[in-house]
Amino acid sequence: MAWDYAPAPESREIVTIAGEYGLFIDGEFGPAADGQQFPTVNPATEETLALVALAGLADVHRAVAAARAAYQNVWGPMPGAERAKYLYRIARVLQERAREFAVLESLDNGKPIKESRDVDVPLAAAHFFYHAGWADKLDYAGLGPAPRPLGVAGQVIPWNFPLLMAAWKLAPALAAGNTCVLKPAETTPLTALLLAEVCQQAGLPPGVVNVLTGAGDTGAALVSHPGVDKVAFTGSTEVGKQISRSVAGTGKRLTLELGGKAANVVFDDAPVEQAVEGIVNGIFFNQGHVCCAGSRLLVQESVADVVVDRLKDRLATLRLGDPLDKNTDIGAINSREQLDKITELSAAGDAEGAQRWSPPGRLPEKGYWFPPTVFTGVSQSYRIAREEIFGPVLSVLTFRTPQEAVTKANNTPYGLSAGVWTEKGSRILWMAQRLRAGVVWANTYNRFDPASPFGGYRESGFGREGGRHGLAAYLDA
Amino acid sequence: MGIEQASQVIPGRTWPSGLATSGVAASDAALRQVLHGLPGVDQVGAEARAASLATRSVKRDAKLWALDMSIRMIDLTTLEGADTPGKIRAMCAKALRPDPADPAVPSVAAVCVYPDLVAVAQAQLAGAQLAGGKPGGGKPGGGRVAVASVATAFPSGRASLAVKLADVDDAVSSGADEVDMVIDRGAFLAGRYGQVYEEIRAVREACGAAHLKVILETGELATLDNVARASWLAMLAGADFIKTSTGKVSPAATPPVALVMLAAVRDYARATGRQVGVKVAGGIRTAKDAIRYLVLVRETAGPEWLTPALFRIGASSLLNDLLMQRSKQLTGQYAGPDYFTLD
Repeated sequence: MAWDYAPAPESREIVTIAGEYGLFIDGEFGPAADGQQFPTVNPATEETLALVALAGLADVHRAVAAARAAYQNVWGPMPGAERAKYLYRIARVLQERAREFAVLESLDNGKPIKESRDVDVPLAAAHFFYHAGWADKLDYAGLGPAPRPLGVAGQVIPWNFPLLMAAWKLAPALAAGNTCVLKPAETTPLTALLLAEVCQQAGLPPGVVNVLTGAGDTGAALVSHPGVDKVAFTGSTEVGKQISRSVAGTGKRLTLELGGKAANVVFDDAPVEQAVEGIVNGIFFNQGHVCCAGSRLLVQESVADVVVDRLKDRLATLRLGDPLDKNTDIGAINSREQLDKITELSAAGDAEGAQRWSPPGRLPEKGYWFPPTVFTGVSQSYRIAREEIFGPVLSVLTFRTPQEAVTKANNTPYGLSAGVWTEKGSRILWMAQRLRAGVVWANTYNRFDPASPFGGYRESGFGREGGRHGLAAYLDA
Repeated sequence: MGIEQASQVIPGRTWPSGLATSGVAASDAALRQVLHGLPGVDQVGAEARAASLATRSVKRDAKLWALDMSIRMIDLTTLEGADTPGKIRAMCAKALRPDPADPAVPSVAAVCVYPDLVAVAQAQLAGAQLAGGKPGGGKPGGGRVAVASVATAFPSGRASLAVKLADVDDAVSSGADEVDMVIDRGAFLAGRYGQVYEEIRAVREACGAAHLKVILETGELATLDNVARASWLAMLAGADFIKTSTGKVSPAATPPVALVMLAAVRDYARATGRQVGVKVAGGIRTAKDAIRYLVLVRETAGPEWLTPALFRIGASSLLNDLLMQRSKQLTGQYAGPDYFTLD
């Protein structure tokens, strides 16, 4: 008597997807100057959702000029309490239109609706609410007396949390009095454009937020534009380095939130059941498309078998499929390109001698899919233990002592996040002091809050987003 | 089953020998070593997991199956000072044929009463025809609606062992198929695990062929660590079922508590090969709640626990909500409450 859940798809009728989308410049939607467009695809079905304008150099000029004018004439001089009203309004509209945003995000990105509904959209609204509260209190943020906004911020965001990353970028910048030109990722432009519509709905003055859709060239043109005072980028370490070079010597302020290869460290006295949940949440949340994903499981050798067995049992219960089904746990890989990268790195894991395991089950025939995968018998020297895979692939390594755990966890060029699982409070503190990671989660993983600063060390970037620290990135104090 | 085998669950730990079913008295220290050697339970994590499973969406055929299964899993309960033979007879009729308008609705698993009313219930249920064409109860009443009796100075358990055993005798000799005992929470919280263990073993013995459910009263144990420990203690002492609550203490059954108990029975079965059932009781009033518990069972203990032989829901008003949702699912419209009997 097998009991399986009947399909429970969220209705896609809630959101209207236009055939074509323009750029959002100076409060208006319009085509690119040279009329170029590119398609955006539903990764779960490979169906084209819409054609989106491809911004060129002329569009970047126009957007930066609009942002500059809005900064000088409206947004910069506006009292903080007034700016806050707009941010509160945006946050409320986001909540009112939450289902629309969630469905659109799942369609364009491939992430399960339960995540877009329960994580991405509520957190995005929370970021606007939180930063709205700061807008009239910047003098008391402890950054110095009368901090000043920087001017025009050029912001380039990734495809893994399209709406949430837009909120992380826009909310603090706007609260601090800057104006923004936002460039969403090529494969996931739709929710940023819907957010632009929300800005219109909230009556945000024209030019304060501009959205330029496009690919790498658009982003490069934006960050190297001389009219930009501040560059904020979230994405790959490789592109982050290019941006860093192009910005060097210009006087532009820069924050980078880049890749990671986080260690999730499980001690023998960990709450096993919850640690397994944390491991699953750490690497299979959002198909592993998370810069802070716990992609390296460091488990104490004495409990490695128990933990890995439990983990495999748990993975067998994960439901992979239609991202719009409310019971789906694992959605689609965002793009063909990313699927190829995951496939290639996983093959390297096989070649290097690690043991690959995935739960039984068939993948959908259309779309981009990769099963949840665990590699055991992984050594520090394997590529799958060193390179960011950015997919649902976990590498399991073992350690014997707390010191060895720290050494192995830190033995990576990255330093964005880490997890520690133990019932011993003193060990959590001991580990947190030694782990070189911007965020250390204790007995939990992938927890986000707008009040908590987020950011990395070394090749994971610099600067913080969220909290008081995040405001500093958009203020001259 | 034995504690030695249970050690497979947590390798690297040595378990005291002689604590098996051989009747050797268990010392508090030996049991403490076993129970405090269990992996801890992180409350925040357990609550988050239970909350995330509560978002499962159960629709159409899956919902209908869950509604029918929930009915089949019910221990229809009345545990009031005001219970009378008439009340028990009415409840038994309802248990046999929950919806007189629809014979396809299955009978419930059991009725649950105080010991002095067991004979009344038995007289009503013995030889009665089941509804729905499927056996309502699990072991040992398979093929008919079983009679469960609370015992051992329910609900507080504050009496001597002799009194508790007399209570059990009373229930069993009146014909109870299942006995729902309470553990001595005071002894458990004071660390006298040996006493709790021995009491359960003695009751187990006194039950004879009757099925033993051990009520942990998790609302009084307070922490999820204690819930896990009490679950293991009861299973090691021979419980057929572990049950959350008496229904007389708040909070009663909660999803995080059920999650921890379901993980315990799964781990115990893996270690010993013996499947222990779980009963949630207290405060489960809506079909939505019941289905959420079924989701917890499916995704924690596993689908093989989705049978009245291994999962029960102690409830009274829940049954009518299940019937109402069932008829809504079949007809597309809600019938008013007066179309369902109040017994």
